[in-house]
Parts: sequence; C-alpha cells; structure tokens
Amino acid sequence: MAKKKIEPHPMENILRMDRIPHIWCPACGIGTAVTSFASALEKLKVNLDEVCVVSGIGCTGRVAGYTKVDSFHTTHGRAIAYATGVKLGNPKMKVIVFSGDGDIIAIGGNHFMHAARRNIDITVICVNNFIYAMTGGQVAPTTPLTAYATTSPFGNIEPPYNIPRLAEACGAVYVARWTALHVRRLTNSIVEAIQKPGFSVVEVISPCAQYYSRINRLGDGLDMMRFYHDNAVIKHNEPTENLDIDYQKQIIMGKFIDREKPTYIERYNEWLSESKPKKK
Amino acid sequence: MAFGIEAEKEVIMKANKKDVLTGSYYIDGDVAAAYGAIAAGCKFVGGYPITPSTEAFEAFVHRAPYVGGITIQMEDELGSIASILGAVWSGKKAMTITSGPGFSLMMENIGLGAMLETPFVLLNVQRSGPSTGLPTQAGQADMMQSRWGANGDYEIIAISPDSPQEMFDYTIKAFNLSEKYRCPVMIMADECVGHMTEKVVVPEADKINIEPRRFYKGPKEKYLPFKPDKDLVPPMAKAGDGYKLHISGLTHDEKGYPTFSQTPDTKRLVDKIRLNADKIIELNEDEIDDADVVVVSYGITSRVAIRGIEQARAKGLKVGNLRLVTVWPFPEKRIAELSKKVKAFVVPEINYGQIVYEVERCAHGNANVVLVPHGGGFVHNPEDIFKAIKYAAQEKKKVEGIIEHKTELYRLIHEKNS
Amino acid sequence: MKANSKGVLTGTHNLSGNEAIIEGAFAAGCRFLGVYPISPSLEATDRFLQRSGEVDATFVQMEDEISALAAVLGASWTGKKSMSVTSGSGLSNMMEHIGLGIMLQTPCVIVNVQRTGPSLGIPNGVAQGDTMQARWGSHGDYETIVLTPNSPQECFDLTIKAFNFSERFRVPVLLLTDAYIAQKKTLVKIPPTKDLKLISRKLFKGAKNKYLPYKNDKNLVPPMVNVGDGYRFHVTGLTHDERGYPVMTSECQEACVRPLMEKITKYQDEIIEYEEVETDDADVVVISYGATSTVVSKAISLAKKDGIKVGSFRLITIWPFPEKRVRKLAQKIDAFVIPEINFGQIAFEIERCAAGNCNVFFVPILGGGLPTPEDICKSIIKASKEKKKIEKLIEL
Repeated sequence: MAKKKIEPHPMENILRMDRIPHIWCPACGIGTAVTSFASALEKLKVNLDEVCVVSGIGCTGRVAGYTKVDSFHTTHGRAIAYATGVKLGNPKMKVIVFSGDGDIIAIGGNHFMHAARRNIDITVICVNNFIYAMTGGQVAPTTPLTAYATTSPFGNIEPPYNIPRLAEACGAVYVARWTALHVRRLTNSIVEAIQKPGFSVVEVISPCAQYYSRINRLGDGLDMMRFYHDNAVIKHNEPTENLDIDYQKQIIMGKFIDREKPTYIERYNEWLSESKPKKK
Repeated sequence: MAFGIEAEKEVIMKANKKDVLTGSYYIDGDVAAAYGAIAAGCKFVGGYPITPSTEAFEAFVHRAPYVGGITIQMEDELGSIASILGAVWSGKKAMTITSGPGFSLMMENIGLGAMLETPFVLLNVQRSGPSTGLPTQAGQADMMQSRWGANGDYEIIAISPDSPQEMFDYTIKAFNLSEKYRCPVMIMADECVGHMTEKVVVPEADKINIEPRRFYKGPKEKYLPFKPDKDLVPPMAKAGDGYKLHISGLTHDEKGYPTFSQTPDTKRLVDKIRLNADKIIELNEDEIDDADVVVVSYGITSRVAIRGIEQARAKGLKVGNLRLVTVWPFPEKRIAELSKKVKAFVVPEINYGQIVYEVERCAHGNANVVLVPHGGGFVHNPEDIFKAIKYAAQEKKKVEGIIEHKTELYRLIHEKNS
Repeated sequence: MKANSKGVLTGTHNLSGNEAIIEGAFAAGCRFLGVYPISPSLEATDRFLQRSGEVDATFVQMEDEISALAAVLGASWTGKKSMSVTSGSGLSNMMEHIGLGIMLQTPCVIVNVQRTGPSLGIPNGVAQGDTMQARWGSHGDYETIVLTPNSPQECFDLTIKAFNFSERFRVPVLLLTDAYIAQKKTLVKIPPTKDLKLISRKLFKGAKNKYLPYKNDKNLVPPMVNVGDGYRFHVTGLTHDERGYPVMTSECQEACVRPLMEKITKYQDEIIEYEEVETDDADVVVISYGATSTVVSKAISLAKKDGIKVGSFRLITIWPFPEKRVRKLAQKIDAFVIPEINFGQIAFEIERCAAGNCNVFFVPILGGGLPTPEDICKSIIKASKEKKKIEKLIEL
C-alpha cells in the first residue's frame, strides 16, 4: 500500500505537534480559544521567538504546554505575577497570560487587580467556563447565581464577578469579551489586545460540556454553541456595569474598553531617566 | 486556682446523634474524613478545590446543611485556612482540606494558628511533589514540611491514617487532640488512602468520645486569653461572648498584647506538645519484642510494608512492625529504646528520606538505619521492602549514616543508562 | 567570568548587613529585585532602589511575597540574575514558589532576614527560627543551598557566593541572615572588579531544534536558555521529561526529581563551608551560626579561663548540612553545645549526626535579643562537667 502523505497541520508552526492529542474534552471551548490565539499570532506576523505564554493551573492552564513559543506552566493563580517578571526582565517580549477564570479571578485575583493597576504590558486571555473543571466541577467566582456545582449542590449563592467590570475598575486599557462561537471576532480582539500597550484583557466564554453543562443539564457542546448563537449579543462600548452574566440569560459581548495609559515600563524608564542625572 | 477548668478533670462528651451517620459504608478515605469531621462536631470547612483532596470537601459541603454546618469555598488556600481560624474563634470547630501546593500556601497561617493557639484540623491528602508534581498520585513528601514549614518555632500534631476507616476514626481523634492542646492538628493522609474505597463502620454516637472546647468559665474581667492551666494550655473564649479579647500574631503576653522580647512563657508553644508527647503519641506495634529488624512506616506505606514483612518472616527473619500513627510529635523515646535492642530499622516512605532522619537521630548510632525511598507516583513494591529487610538482617557492621536501599525503580532508571 | 564594573562599588564602605547584601548582589551581576516590604529587610530594598539607576537594574514591588518570588522566577528566565528579599512570614508565603523554582530549576537568590516567630512574632527581634523551614518548607522532596553570614562583610561575600551557586546548580539559594546582622553596620571591603570570581548559568549553544530544556549534562544540571532567544521551550511545575512535558508516571518522577537532589548532594563538598577554631584537642565544641556566633568567641575565651578545652565550629553553609565533619568531630569530643535563638532546630540535626558518640547540649535563647557570653559560658561549663553519656538532646 502506498504511504499516504500526511498533510501538515495548518498551525504546525504555532502548536507543539509533539504533544497532540491534547487533554481537553470533546466540546470544550479552550481549543477554539487557542486556535483564535494562534490565528491572531499569524495575523500579527510577530516574531514568534518574542512571544511568551504563561499559564497557571487548570484546564486552560495547560495551554502553555501546547503553544510552540517560550511557555511556562506555573503555579495556581500566579501566572500574572510570573508574567510580570518575564515582561520586566525582557521588555521586548510579548507576554500572554492564558489561563482560566478560577486561576485568574479567584486565586490569582489579587495579581489581576495589581497588574491592571500597574498597567503591566501583558495580555490576559481568560477562558471563562463558569466552573473549576480540572478538579471536577467546583463552584468558581464566575459561576452564575443559582447554577449548580459540586460545591454548590443547592445552587450557587455567591454573586459572580463581572470580569470586564473588574478589569475596567482596576485600570485595564483594553477589555473585550467573546464566546467560543465568535472565533473571527475573538481573533481580531486578541490581535488588538496584543498590539495594545498596557494591560489588556480578553474574556472568552467557553462551554464545559463535561462539568458545567452536565451538572446543570444544559446539553452537550453543540447545545451550548446554539445557546451562544441565540443569546449572545454584540454591544461594543457597553458600560461594563451592564455586563453581568446571569444563569442562561443574555450574554453581552464586544469591545468595551480601549483607552490610553502609560505602561509600567514607560513610567519606570521615565523615572530612571529623571533620577540618573541627579546622581552624577 | 480561682478560675479556669482544672486540666486533670477531663470532661468527656459524646458525639451528637444528629452528626453521626451510624452504619457501615463503602466509601473512599476522603469522604470518610468528612464524615469523621462531622461526627466530631466540625461545623465549618473553608476549602479550595485541589486534587486529590476535593472529594473530602465535596462530601462535607453536601452534608453540612443537615447538621447545622456551613462551608465556604474561598478564593485560594491562604483564604481557606484564614477563614477557618476566624471560624474557630467564633466558637466553631473547623477544618480545612488541601494537598501539596495548597499546603505550601497555607504555611503563613499555620504559623498564625500555632501562635494564637487556635485548635483546628488540617487534612492534607499528600500527592507527589515538588511544585505541581504528580497531582493525581500518591506521595508522602510533606512530612517534614508539616513540622517545619512555617517561620519560627512551634509544634504541631500530625497523624497519618492508612485506611478509610482510619480516616474516619483519626479525624475525630484529630479534633479531640486539637481541642485538648489548642494547636493545629494535621491529618497527613495520601492520595492512596484518600481515594481508596473500603468498608467504613460508623459507630453509634454514644460510642464516640468528643473532647469539648476548654472554655473559660471565670469572671469576664479576669480573663487572660493566654494564661495557661497546669498542662500549659490556656482556656479559650470566643468572639461575641463579651470578653473583648485581643489576640495577635505578634509575640504576646498573657493578655494577648504585643511584647518586644520573648519571655520564658513563649516557649510554652513548643513545651505544651513536647512535655505531653507521651499522652499524644499512638503507635501500632507488631512482633517487636524479639525482633532483629524493625520496619518503621506510616500511612499507606505501612500497609504495603506488611507484605514485605510477611515475606521476610516466611524466610525466618525476625521482623517487627512499628507503625507511626502519630508522626509528630515524633516517638523519640520508643525509637531510642528499640535502637538498643534491634540490629536495624528499615524505613520505607514515599519520598527520598524525611522521617528516616528522625529515626536516625533517635537511634543514636545504636542500630543501622535503612531507607527505602520511593519518589512518588505509586506505592512501594513490597519486594523492595523485603530485600531491604533481608539486607538489614544480614549486615553485621555498624554503618554510619543512613543506608539507602537501591530499589528496582532506581536501578531501572539510573543504572540502565550508565 | 568577571564582574561588570558598573555594579562593583570597589573600596571600603560603612555598610549594614542589608546594604552589603545588595552591594554583593550588584557585584555578582544581579539586575532584578522583586520584593514585598517587610521588616527588618527594608534597608536592602532601599539600597537597591537608590543604586538601581546607576547599575541599570530593574525593581518591582509586588502585591505580596507570593507574587514577588513569582516575578523573580519569571525575570530569571529572561537571563537576568534575580533576587528577592524578605523576612519571617514573607518566607512562609514564598514556599510554594520555592518549590516551583526547584522544579523548573530556576536560578535565583532569596534573602531571608530572620525575625522572631512564629507568625508575626517580633518584627525587629533577632531570631534563628527559620533554619529548618529553609530546608523543609515547601512540599515534596528537594535539596537546597542555604548560607548564613555573621557579619556585613560576609553578607557581601556570601551573596556573591549565593549567586554563583544558584547559577551553577540552577537552584534558588537562600541567604539566611537575621535582624542583628542585617542592621549592624561595619566597614565592608569591596574588592576591585577583576578580583571577583563570578559564575553564570551555562547556556545552551546547540541547534535550536535540538534543545531539550531538562536534558542534564554530566553534572546533572541542564543548560539553560533565555526567554526570547528563539528556543520556544516549555517548562512546567508538573513532573516532566527531558522535553519539559508532563509525564504522570513514577518512572518519570524518579528520573526527574532525584537528580534535583543529587545535583547538590553530589557536590556538597564544594558547597559546604564552615569555620573551625581549636577543635583539634577540644573536649567541648560550640556549634553556632549567624548572630549567635558573634557572641561565641567571647564565651569560649571565658570558658578557657576555667580550664575547659573548648573549640568553635561555625556553620557558614547550613544546608547541605556539614554532616561528615560533624560526625568526625563527634567521635573525638565529649560534647557539643549548640546555642540557637530558637527552641531547637539545627540541634536536632547535630543530635542525628552525633550518632550517640558524644553528648549534645542545646541552649535555647529567647528571640528578640542576643545571648550574653556569660550565659553561653555557663552552658559550656555545665556541658563539660557531664561525664555520663546521655542519649537524648539535653536542653540547658
């Protein structure tokens, strides 16, 4: 039998093909987010040697392991802090923190707040699947009210974070939200976010068929996609206070914040250039 | 003494019927620990999901509302342990549940708990480390960390159960000890015990002894939060009872107010455990009396070791089995005593040597100490333990320092290449 | 490798221990400090900030100690020699990332200015209560290098050494000082740039597609690359293979974790440093380190007046522990006396290594102040009078 030539993967350049297949479940949205990210890098035509992905722990935390750039799989919640070090150590790098809602908003919430306040020039891609999936379906700081999780067996009673609002309040210069269905717009947003100097945040609403959908009986991945199709509306520049996500209600997407602020490194250099002559 | 409960008069209470699901169950160790905690009267768990301890937290969450308990899943492990310290001072019995990296994050607040003499229980279902390591697989490499992990000097109690039944029983014991000595008590389980499903018998409520919190009973204006009873443990008050107590993580005097140098009284933090060690320590011994070699083990390893010991006994070797139920405080007296009678100790553990250092220390050069390490990811091959026993029994010379037994796994990985 | 003259403040300066550490760091080529302020380590941060403009160093004050060390690890991978400075509970907060640093084999230096514990303790009180924590504080198995200076001059020298070890072995190295040494001011001699011997991490030079982040060289240390150099590597805190990819088996655990420990134990003779005075014919040897060791020499001269043969053994490297030497000494002498400003830490280790060959006396000193030479002298006398062998740690 003649050997069939295997067609190369279109994103071979950006993915670690030696690690495929990946660990994500069928119908998970993280793969889509990674594809969007990879397309964004292609669009940007950046030198991939100067891109660095830092992830924390969790399902999305595994992204670093599949992207063929300098990539760090660090500790739970600390990806942003780690990325801060990489960025300040080598400012020419484009540093992308790719992690989940639990990792970035719960255990890493403090670092999220402070990196945004400092305006560290990194891009945070936060895949929000409303639940802790890697550990088996516990309630997350993004789980909508009344939704079930293994640690909220009577329905969630904790109001969730509205990530764009949090990011805006803390000082992020670019904030957008898309779902895993809206890949083209998501890709464009990632392109913009990476280009934007300063702390940029892209939230990706993603289906978790294995835990969130199963525990809440929301059907399979396709059902979730249908839900996004029917319920997600684009409203650019919507005031972030309107962006709360209620259980199985409308999801507002779009680009909400795009503003200019000096980054940490700009301020730092300014300070250095001022302090230097005084010493001499 | 005009006030405070006399330490000698022990008040033993029984468990609350509502809290005890009497019967026999087929459940895993994590769930058994949660049931044990509830039986012990634990009413608060602050947790954060981490493999392989999550099942315990989940089981508690599901049962808590039926027993008047409350749970909260905090934003991280720093938060979860801090929340239980607060709950304890509000009068609840409380527990937190974690593993590996979560345990490292808890270090600062473990120190705070020890300093404030806060009775609480910490369940650490150990996995392989360092760092993220092998999240879903067994390890026993946090043993020294449990004793030394936070800054400054303090003592804790650590218990290492080896079956789901013991997870139930010793969680109750852990709560009792923590109330008795007002110190952090750690249940150092491991992934194997946590995920092992076995029969667990939950006895009737009146068969379960519960150590009540030692509440201060004297006049309010005379209350000193850190004035100890005779057994060096101070009685406690709780927030909201009108004592207007002040407690501080700073080095403090009896009133709880900061001082600027340590006083001999500060040493009470370690002495209350060290001087009561004999009362705290629990060991399981088997055929120790005329043994040539004694296997010292704890947790899941002690069950694996039994097979190795049986093999050795079948070959006519005199092998004793010493299982550390209480790992901290370390049973130094017993080891020192045994070291004069036996030829060697064999210490299998799922790490590259931790408790073995303590065994070596307490052996005072009287007996050889053989370590059977296992990096983690699985349990020992009993064959390795058997071979180590055989070697230990044959070795005539006194060997200085720890002798590391080269396991099959070691040979496979490191000797194949060279 | 020779030092970069920009960072070396050649000459004699009146410096506190904290300041000397920063000068040592600059001389060693350190160019990144990630920190969260905590007494009594603040002067170090101040010094770094004051001088960072001159030497082109980057400074960031993070939101807590957890992120401070995370940022240091991140910066280290960009090729910068990096450090953090902390104290007491700050070190407790760093524990998780010390583990990550070990697992990713990231060179960095952590300075812990010990204060009295546990918990908040006495913020400016002298103590030595973190000695065991330095070795065992993070979960899982690892080996680490811990150095303890006992003067500002040694703070300078050992900081350079700490950077050299961290770069050579690719481990986080701890410099354990205390509130006394850190704030004491003395003259510190900083040598000319050409006299400084520095070691920098071994960088991988081969073809980009051949790079395996965790392929050990024969010294069990894998060569490193910098972020941005185009190697597109991946590293993870999970147990990993040579490629840096997670593998969840005990075989991989054995292949991955054991070398992390052996790379240090194998070369411990090159790492371990101690100072011995008149131990050859001594009956009693006082073992001390850091702040306590500054009092010991006076105590010994007092004890000698009573006709006791006393020697001094000062630990400069605490971990790896100078086990071999302590074992040897134990066979020759009657007793060890160990004054420590804690309730017993290194004393347990010495009891272990003494292996019943001599008595081990432990002198706990209350945190917050230094012991007086007279107190230690009294303990020496008591120890020398005990002729019976006692098989346990004896507290004086």
